[in-house]
Amino acid sequence: MQSKALKPEEYFIKDEPYYQTVGDEIAIFEAAYRQSLPILLKGPTGCGKTRFMEHMAWRLKRPLITVSCHDDLTASDLVGRFLISGGETVWVDGPLARSVRHGAICYLDEIVEARKDTTVVIHPLADDRRVLPMEKVGEILEATPEFCLAISYNPGYQSVMKDLKQSTRQRFVALEFDYPDAALEAEIIIKETGIDTATANLLVKFAHMTRDLKGSGLDEGASTRLLVHAAKLIHEGISPVVACKTAISQAITDDADMMVAMHELSSSLF
Amino acid sequence: MPRPTLTFEEIIERLDVYFDAEFTFIKSEDAAELIIKQPRSIQDFILNLCKRISATNEELAFQFTMNSIRALEAMDQHMVEAWAMTATDNYDRKGLTPAMIVIRDLDNYVHTAHVNACGAVLDEEISILLPFVQGLSGRKLKIAEAEDNHAYTDTETIFLPAITALLEESKDNFLIYKATVAFHWAQIQFGTFRLPFDEVLDCDDPVTQLKKITALETIRLEACIKRELPGLYRDMQILKQKTTDNNEQTHSDNWQNVVDKLSAIDACVNDTLHCLELISDKQLPDSCCYQGVLKLDQVTDIMQKRIEKEKAYFRIALSELAKESLKKNKETTEDTDDNETTTFNIKTRNDKQQISNSLVELELEGELVAIPDHVKELMTSIIVDFGEIPPEHLHAAGPGEYDLKKYEDEMLNPDDVWQGTYHEEGAELYNEWNFKRQHYHKNWCVLRELEIEPKYDDFVEDTLDKHKGLLKSLRHTFEILRGEDKLLKRQVYGDDIDIDALVEAYADVKSGMEMTDRLFTKMHKEERNVAVMFMVDMSGSTKGWINDAERESLILLCEVIQILGDRFAIYGFSGVTRTRCELYKIKAFDEEYNDEIKGRISNIQPKDYTRMGVFIRHMTRIFNGVDASTKLLITISDGKPDDYDTYRGEYGVEDTRQALYEAHRDGIHPYCITIDEEARDYLPHMYGAANYSVIDDVTQLPLKVSDIYRKLTT
Repeated sequence: MQSKALKPEEYFIKDEPYYQTVGDEIAIFEAAYRQSLPILLKGPTGCGKTRFMEHMAWRLKRPLITVSCHDDLTASDLVGRFLISGGETVWVDGPLARSVRHGAICYLDEIVEARKDTTVVIHPLADDRRVLPMEKVGEILEATPEFCLAISYNPGYQSVMKDLKQSTRQRFVALEFDYPDAALEAEIIIKETGIDTATANLLVKFAHMTRDLKGSGLDEGASTRLLVHAAKLIHEGISPVVACKTAISQAITDDADMMVAMHELSSSLF
Repeated sequence: MPRPTLTFEEIIERLDVYFDAEFTFIKSEDAAELIIKQPRSIQDFILNLCKRISATNEELAFQFTMNSIRALEAMDQHMVEAWAMTATDNYDRKGLTPAMIVIRDLDNYVHTAHVNACGAVLDEEISILLPFVQGLSGRKLKIAEAEDNHAYTDTETIFLPAITALLEESKDNFLIYKATVAFHWAQIQFGTFRLPFDEVLDCDDPVTQLKKITALETIRLEACIKRELPGLYRDMQILKQKTTDNNEQTHSDNWQNVVDKLSAIDACVNDTLHCLELISDKQLPDSCCYQGVLKLDQVTDIMQKRIEKEKAYFRIALSELAKESLKKNKETTEDTDDNETTTFNIKTRNDKQQISNSLVELELEGELVAIPDHVKELMTSIIVDFGEIPPEHLHAAGPGEYDLKKYEDEMLNPDDVWQGTYHEEGAELYNEWNFKRQHYHKNWCVLRELEIEPKYDDFVEDTLDKHKGLLKSLRHTFEILRGEDKLLKRQVYGDDIDIDALVEAYADVKSGMEMTDRLFTKMHKEERNVAVMFMVDMSGSTKGWINDAERESLILLCEVIQILGDRFAIYGFSGVTRTRCELYKIKAFDEEYNDEIKGRISNIQPKDYTRMGVFIRHMTRIFNGVDASTKLLITISDGKPDDYDTYRGEYGVEDTRQALYEAHRDGIHPYCITIDEEARDYLPHMYGAANYSVIDDVTQLPLKVSDIYRKLTT
């Protein structure tokens, strides 16, 4: 069996990605999209930001081009660069330019991880100009109404060095995400993995325990994503305590004492 | 060939020195008679330990020697050494008598030694138990050691015995701890203390009555734990079987009814009260290993204080919330009555479940109010106490109704501490190394961080003016050091095309060769990741020009470190004896170098003595919270470690050396700059051969310090 290779702008999400609505985020996103406003997703890791973007791409029937930002990401990685082909230099669009050209949704994940100079290139796209200047080719790319820019960041763990600049953040409509409440979170786990309600409830309870430990030894509690991982393992027949240990405790912390404490918590529950 | 055993005279000679027999009049002969019968290796072992203990106290050393043979019969050498060190630790903390008790009560120690081998020790497990209990929902509880051997809680702290050794395996003993913690958490969480104890115990036999309550509550709480923490409940059942003798208690039907009633999902303390009349005194089951005791006298006071305090805080928080929502509403509606007291409503979202914080919402005039985190925490705690938020809590506080100062924990002003009697509150305690004893004095030094008031005088300007030329050249040298953008050529990835590489590659292709993939240029920023801490000697001996030179050096250093952008902190240290180690914060890592800092540097004054180990340990602790690839601890000093008590000579040097070793272990590079010309004798021993500089001419200090810093960090 061979996997299909598609250009990102040609890849449309066909099946509805499962997303559990928490508030009115879908309505707000759609409104912002219609009004050509860029969107900023805030929230802790693993609470469903990326899934929400997939869901919205499916809803709006636009291709979704995701760029995971890292500290080596340069402006030309986003906009594009010249490459050599057949003895000549050829311009190749970067993901941002592609999105603009094809009216896709461009999602810059963990934007603060990118270098400061990189974040500035999205500024003309993120205000009412909605253009992407491409200095190297001497062109200005105008965005179509279908194009949408979304960025995400996690206000929880970023250092002072990596804060989002005011000039960047004040261009966006912000949607705040958090872990859903207990009942909803259990429902998500059940839908995603098919485990029984009792185990799902216990997993959520365990997650709350770890989230209570945030600040007293943990940087971050267990995310919904980790719960889904653990639930998947449990569904495969791994014992819940082991699943919590491998999928949750070990993933969250390296601190030996904390790991034991979390193990004690999970073994108290299951 | 084995060494010959020591003769009587040889032993006497040594013991006389250890016991200081000339002054203490301890009779070395008695001890010598015991030792003479031993083989040489044992003789050496005892004499060595005797020497180490005598560094603490001669009488203690004598008693040890007298008991040593018996101890060696009961324990191995390793344990005997531990026994001796327990005694010296006790001497440090409590004095001679308790230390003597440890030595004389050898049998007890031997017994506890066995307990220690298989038991769980609270000190070791607390790092696991604490996050464990904080992970359980509800109020953030603390864990502490109980003075007697009974576990109990005062509703804020769970007190546990220092050692648990009920079962053979340490794993099981840890489980007892865990179950005890969970059980006491359940007492607080599920409302045992909501019982009207005053009323209930107002009877002929309050002791039995309390026993009955404990038994009934245990049933109810175990059922709660079974629902909340089923895994732990299973373990608790196993523990019960292991710790109680297997005599099945026969219970009447009546008892079974009680159990059923209390195990119901909606059982509460009222059911316990109700059942109290149903059971007789003789039916009570044995208490189990994790249930501890109820210490009501400890609870009442703490609860009372907390309830009052939390009510005040909560109502004030409500008044702030009300103000905020008022502000919002004012934009839409004009007329609002300020004098009216605002009352909030509580809305619970799900009545079926146990009332818990996430399901409680605050409502003001029919609108939901977002609850800030600290208020949420308060609500959790109030709900734990009352089972709900009582209606009288829900009136927002009027202006001036509460004086919050009353509830604030009395914050001790470190400067005031010494005006009263000596106490250790609000200070940090550090161990100190005793090289003679080859062991740490536990929690020996009392350290306080004090502030230096900035003094705004002309010192800084004068210094900058005086060293104008030097500063200029220093600036120049440091600017060269600064990490700058470098254009890296021929990279696999990069921002731009490297035309030279491209042309070459193109030529390669034309001539049929393979083309390289290194065709890009990349800007690379070399970042310095250095954090440096300066520890400045503020001892009395620096008075005069040394102090001036120190301050001048600091000013120049700060100027040039700014250029490099390295993170730096400056602390001054001084003190008198181990009970008064004072650290003066001049600049912390997160503070910016500004006029206030300059003022503080200007106000660095000579104080008392130089005790170094404790400060190095404190610096290490501060440093451990700083993330940097290079950590540098630079001490600027004028002489050997030296304090008013025994902290001088070899003792001080060895403790400092040990502290530096600890710092090194944590990835910190210590370095010492001194003006003591004799320093070459002891500094290599403390800091290592290459980690110090001796400056012969004090006036050279400002230049040298910056120069040394430059060399160290490049």
